[in-house]
Amino acid sequence: MSTEILMPALSPTMTEGNLTKWLVKEGQEIKAGDVIAEIETDKATMEVETVDEGFIEKLLYEEGDNNIPVNKPIALISTAKNTSTQKMDQNIEDFSKIENQEKIEIKENKPISENVNTDLNKDQITMRQAIRDTIAEEMRKDKKVFILGEEVAEYQGAYKVTQGLLDEFGKKRVIDTPISEHGFTGLAVGAAFKGLFPIVEFMTFNFSMQAIDQIINSAAKTLYMSGGQINCPIVFRGPNGAAAQVAAQHSQDFSSWYAHVPGLKVIAPSTPLNAKGLLREAIRDPNPVIFLENEILYGLKGKVSSDLNFTIPFGMANIAKEGKDTTIVTYSIMLHKSLEAAKILKDKHNLDIEVIDLQSLRPLDSETIIKSVKKTNRVVTVEESWPFASVGSEIVNIVQKNAFDYLDAPIIKVNSADVPMPYSSELEKLYLPQVDDIVKAVKEVNYI
Amino acid sequence: MTKLSKSDHLKIFSYMLKIRRFEERSAQLYGMGYIGGFCHLYIGQEAVVVGVLMTIKKNDSVVTTYRDHGHMIARGLDPKKIMAELTGRTDGYSAGKGGSMHMFSKANNFYGGHGIVGAQVPIGTGIAFTHKYNGDKNICRTYIGDGAMNNGQVFEAFNLAALWKLPVLYIIENNKYGMGTAVDRAAAGTHLYKRGEAFGIKGEIVDGMNVYSVIKAAEKAGEYVRSGKGPYILEVQTYRYRGHSMSDPAKYRTKDELEEYKNSDPIEIVREEILKKKFATKNDLDNLNKEIIEEIKLAVDFALESKFPPSEELYTDVYI
Repeated sequence: MSTEILMPALSPTMTEGNLTKWLVKEGQEIKAGDVIAEIETDKATMEVETVDEGFIEKLLYEEGDNNIPVNKPIALISTAKNTSTQKMDQNIEDFSKIENQEKIEIKENKPISENVNTDLNKDQITMRQAIRDTIAEEMRKDKKVFILGEEVAEYQGAYKVTQGLLDEFGKKRVIDTPISEHGFTGLAVGAAFKGLFPIVEFMTFNFSMQAIDQIINSAAKTLYMSGGQINCPIVFRGPNGAAAQVAAQHSQDFSSWYAHVPGLKVIAPSTPLNAKGLLREAIRDPNPVIFLENEILYGLKGKVSSDLNFTIPFGMANIAKEGKDTTIVTYSIMLHKSLEAAKILKDKHNLDIEVIDLQSLRPLDSETIIKSVKKTNRVVTVEESWPFASVGSEIVNIVQKNAFDYLDAPIIKVNSADVPMPYSSELEKLYLPQVDDIVKAVKEVNYI
Repeated sequence: MTKLSKSDHLKIFSYMLKIRRFEERSAQLYGMGYIGGFCHLYIGQEAVVVGVLMTIKKNDSVVTTYRDHGHMIARGLDPKKIMAELTGRTDGYSAGKGGSMHMFSKANNFYGGHGIVGAQVPIGTGIAFTHKYNGDKNICRTYIGDGAMNNGQVFEAFNLAALWKLPVLYIIENNKYGMGTAVDRAAAGTHLYKRGEAFGIKGEIVDGMNVYSVIKAAEKAGEYVRSGKGPYILEVQTYRYRGHSMSDPAKYRTKDELEEYKNSDPIEIVREEILKKKFATKNDLDNLNKEIIEEIKLAVDFALESKFPPSEELYTDVYI
């Protein structure tokens, strides 16, 4: 009788892994706790131990095989030696239907906007790599740019965003900090006052709350308080919002918190392409910029521009999909759910949805929203944050003030549930806005 | 310690006196309603900042707390523009948008003036980080009130400064009270400089009522920091004659205590030293006092003649 060893999920968001190395051979005896393989996850390369004992009957993947889904068998163990190798293909198929609840289908990148012309590369890269490359490109360009944060250097980034930067730029410019957000954020703000261009990585934005006084009271306000003398050219970046089952303290969307503050610019990229253009703009901006990445999107692939001066101006939304029947205003990860909803609405209800990806929350591109509403007469906002005083609330205000007479239905906001994020996956699904919620909201504003 | 010349003595006396006369006028203008909000006076503490001033180099940086008027004067900034800021005028250092607690002069490497207790400590540490990053030989002097010495970010900054050997000189101005709470009611262990020991940061206590003690300690500590050995802490023991801010009647301390400190007034110590050394006559010093009173009067005139910021200034300087 054989026991299967399955591709393990080694991080909350891991959906697939690469088999970098086998440390056992077929026929070899193994005991519980033996390391049998090295698996590269979305965050790191990890050793995998067996919990079962016996003999390796068959290795089902070769070293170097990539994108093996979580829970797919990677090896078979038999209790007896010399068990003949069986055809396992049938069994393997059974495991290929593992659901990845948060997996996002990769959409083709639309032209970012009429205002931005850029040639895109042939190859697709991940959002993670797009962010990494942009940091590296800007660090090459200007020695005053440096990055600091927890695990950014020797560990190569908690989410591998800073992979390789230490090797290229050295420890003077790629700086591991202690777990000391208030201290190192204030230090970086001081460095920015004095003329450097720090990039502060928060391991996640949840930890930025430890440092929020320095972000708001020092970084955002000093230009004003000094009568224009002292600016703060700094980027605060890292993953924001829900990951997967990391519960209340580690799943929170800070977009409206920071967008509330004059003196800050707040950016939320949704694709590798706009991540590159927006991050470059952020690093070059002489003001403090909050750059809200999304952990789930780090693996999202898309084409990018290799133009070292490709930037996307802040305050410019992207019409991700044109349509005439209803406007969805969204940003970050919810862009992808909105596009999925738009497809369903087209297929099932013949509704032609316009999807606006804000990209930049402060400054906000009100003009694009208003123009769209005047065309479609119906609006749904979709975001991951809590509903009270959210970015969507501000959009409702902008629309009622500027296009009141054009509205054919009340605006509906789609948000997360107004509760702390629960741990259990079923409750988590209920908490987060889902494609069905968006479909339902759009139907409602169309009185369907 | 470098031997102080006649002109050094007169410079010390003149700066300390200028700070005191400035603060007395500030109190008066506050009472008259020309200065609003919070206003924290430096009277009694003059020896601290003027002592440190004598050891400072032009390109060194300074960052301090909201009790900053005296610090700005000691940094060589113009009392006219300081008073204009206190009175909310467009000619103030922050164009009337900062006020008493938030004043800056980038041109003079003076980085505030910070209103949040403790916040200036990581910031000053970051300015020191920049000096090191740029490879210049300048250092950042970061002032800390005794009240901030119980604030978490101060220790985070100490750790980073020691870990990365940053050229930062921390100067704790221990004026005995964090607002109305005496140090021994707020701090477990009242030798505040010792709080650097856990991080391997050297430090010492300095008599902050005696400018010569401050100069001696600040010179030694400044050289230590400039040599690349990392941070250093001076706990300068001082006393504020006035309340925490203008609205504080200071009922948490006795009149006797105040009188005791006034009897060893830091400016009188310098006056006596100058007279003893015959660097000036009593008459000379009285004349100097009159000149300073006149200078401060002109600063007040300048401030009150300066315009309030025009309404369009409300929306400028939010972004660059």
